[in-house]
Amino acid sequence: MDDKLVIAGKEFSSRLFLGTGKFSSNEVMAKAIEASGTEMVTLAMKRIKLSDSSDDMLQHIAKPNIQLLPNTSGVRNAEEAVFAAKMAREAFGTNWLKLEIHPDPRYLLPDPVETLKATEQLVKDGFVVLPYCQADPVLCKRLAEAGAATVMPLAAPIGTNRGLVTLDFLQAIIEEATVPVVVDAGIGAPSDAAKAFEIGASAVLVNTAISVAANPVEMAVAFKEASVAGRRAYLAGLGAQSADFSAQASSPLTSFLND
Amino acid sequence: MFSDVIRKIDWEETTERIMSMTDADVRRALGKSRCDVDDFMAMISPAAAPYLEQMAALSQKYTRERFGKTINMFIPIYITNSCSNSCVYCGFHVENKIKRIILKEDEIVREYQAIKQLGPFDNLLIVTGENPAMAGVPYLAKALDLAKPYFNNLQIEVMPLKSEEYAELRKHGMNGVICFQETYHEANYKKYHPRGQKSIFEWRVNGFDRMAQAGVHKIGMGVLIGLEDWRTDITMMAYHLRYLEKNYWRTQYSVNFPRMRPSENGGFQPNVVMSDKELAQVTFAMRIFDHDVDISYSTREPEFIRNNMAALGVTTMSAESKTDPGGYACYPQSLEQFHINDDRKTADVVAALRARGLEPVFKNWDSSFDHEEMLLAK
Amino acid sequence: MNIVVNGEKVEVPGGASVKLLADMQNLPDKGVAVAVNNDMVPRTEWENRLLNEGDDVIIIRAVCGG
Ligand code: SF4
Repeated sequence: MDDKLVIAGKEFSSRLFLGTGKFSSNEVMAKAIEASGTEMVTLAMKRIKLSDSSDDMLQHIAKPNIQLLPNTSGVRNAEEAVFAAKMAREAFGTNWLKLEIHPDPRYLLPDPVETLKATEQLVKDGFVVLPYCQADPVLCKRLAEAGAATVMPLAAPIGTNRGLVTLDFLQAIIEEATVPVVVDAGIGAPSDAAKAFEIGASAVLVNTAISVAANPVEMAVAFKEASVAGRRAYLAGLGAQSADFSAQASSPLTSFLND
Repeated sequence: MFSDVIRKIDWEETTERIMSMTDADVRRALGKSRCDVDDFMAMISPAAAPYLEQMAALSQKYTRERFGKTINMFIPIYITNSCSNSCVYCGFHVENKIKRIILKEDEIVREYQAIKQLGPFDNLLIVTGENPAMAGVPYLAKALDLAKPYFNNLQIEVMPLKSEEYAELRKHGMNGVICFQETYHEANYKKYHPRGQKSIFEWRVNGFDRMAQAGVHKIGMGVLIGLEDWRTDITMMAYHLRYLEKNYWRTQYSVNFPRMRPSENGGFQPNVVMSDKELAQVTFAMRIFDHDVDISYSTREPEFIRNNMAALGVTTMSAESKTDPGGYACYPQSLEQFHINDDRKTADVVAALRARGLEPVFKNWDSSFDHEEMLLAK
Repeated sequence: MNIVVNGEKVEVPGGASVKLLADMQNLPDKGVAVAVNNDMVPRTEWENRLLNEGDDVIIIRAVCGG
């Protein structure tokens, strides 16, 4: 099945993006990444503790077939995001960026105003911007107009594993999208990922559901398979779901056409 | 620009796909809450004919959800029949030896006043032939200015303009633009539109991008039924509509698919005919495909179709229209652009709609809402 | 002279460059970025960029995260 995802001119065979947070060890993370077949992996940035000489996670994810997607997690406004983006580009040698600005410490919900502002600036500065955002169709339009390479609306608050809480809005976003729609945050089970693809998502980003599973590597495989299944189902054309099409003897609404 | 999009869609292949749609395709489309163009093709295909009643019910449901039980009323005014084009199906075409009228300012005002006598019309559609030299942008601007004391919502249906010209007319209170592509069949387009600016397919089909870029609030599109295979033509319009909605999402859209009638004066005869049932099918399909698009029926359609379809998916109608310049007051005998099938008085149209539980809405806009235009005008 | 690196006070020789600081801290050849007073300094300019008393230096590297 030749069904490539194209973002900013780059082709991806896998539509499953992986986050690298909360794994029990870098080894488990590396195995899960491999098992998932992903070609896009996020990472965060942190200030070095001068004394710290712990294992560098980068070596576990920097593989030739993997697009690194540094995020701006931790920034609180557009200005900080632009700074973080420049640091990320320098450190990781990529202009791809998952823009996330969530000043709200409780639900980690993204700030739409700052996210739009930062997107405008970062696009001007030559970044490939993938903004994490609320499942807001108008905001997604504005982000796309500002030059975002994709939009990444949330399914539910980060880390909640609650699934497609924003389903109706995701559908509206997908229907109107001019850029790929990556469903991010809240995907808790492979069935959620499959559902996201069934409604036409271009990709999903999964982290917690894999990293905190009892067996993250097996769960990565499960997500891989669910993603492929969901996407296939979408391309194959899902069957009719609810409507009742039993033949009707009378036709009260259209009988005027028979006269 | 849409010309780049449409050139990638093969006409014959599209026709074939529509004609090979199956019962399962139709059921799948009807079961979806959001349809794509493939679903639209299924719904207008012959395979969907047995589902007309179900489609009517769905169409009615979506229409009520989005529009309530209302019908927007508008009235057209033809201010000139002069035209430098020669569309083969049109009585106004340049070689026709008819009396050409370009209404003068005082005549335009008399027409407006006469319209106000017919009913509480507030949505006015100003229509012209295509004669940019004699009845161009300054003339339209004047007609808009003159209309302001009488009407709040002003739309135009004229030749495709440049983006700057649309922007200029917005300053004169223009809210909406209607333009019929007539047909999306590029190869045959030239046969129907052999001369003048209208002969340039690309200029016309990209006119909608230009309107949207100029910030026009409402854009009306249309396919003239009678030229090419209507199923394929309307599918192309569905692609166009989706394209516009995606790229210019702040704009409202309306669609028209008027059926050409056999010519009275031995002129052009339609190549294809759409039956009443097919018209209903397309209307329902359009509503199920796009819950928000405004579907407009003019007085070209007969009374019983307009009465019945009003409750099922149509959201905008005209009444008591004259399609000849001066027809309301100044020159009641001149030649119509097309023949009117529903010639009821406005009051009768209103009564018929009310009898079906629908509320005709004459005024849904006040020019004082138009802050942007007011700012532009300063 | 004293500068601040990621919030900690650090002593470096007067007139030290970013490069010297990086060597002192054993920064790896890849995967880090340095900013001085919120201005990112590309690796190619480390040698030429001299530090001043009280400069606020940020050094970041990759960590796991979604
Ligand atoms: S259809 Fe319009 S452009 Fe064509 S001849 Fe008639 S008035 Fe002129």
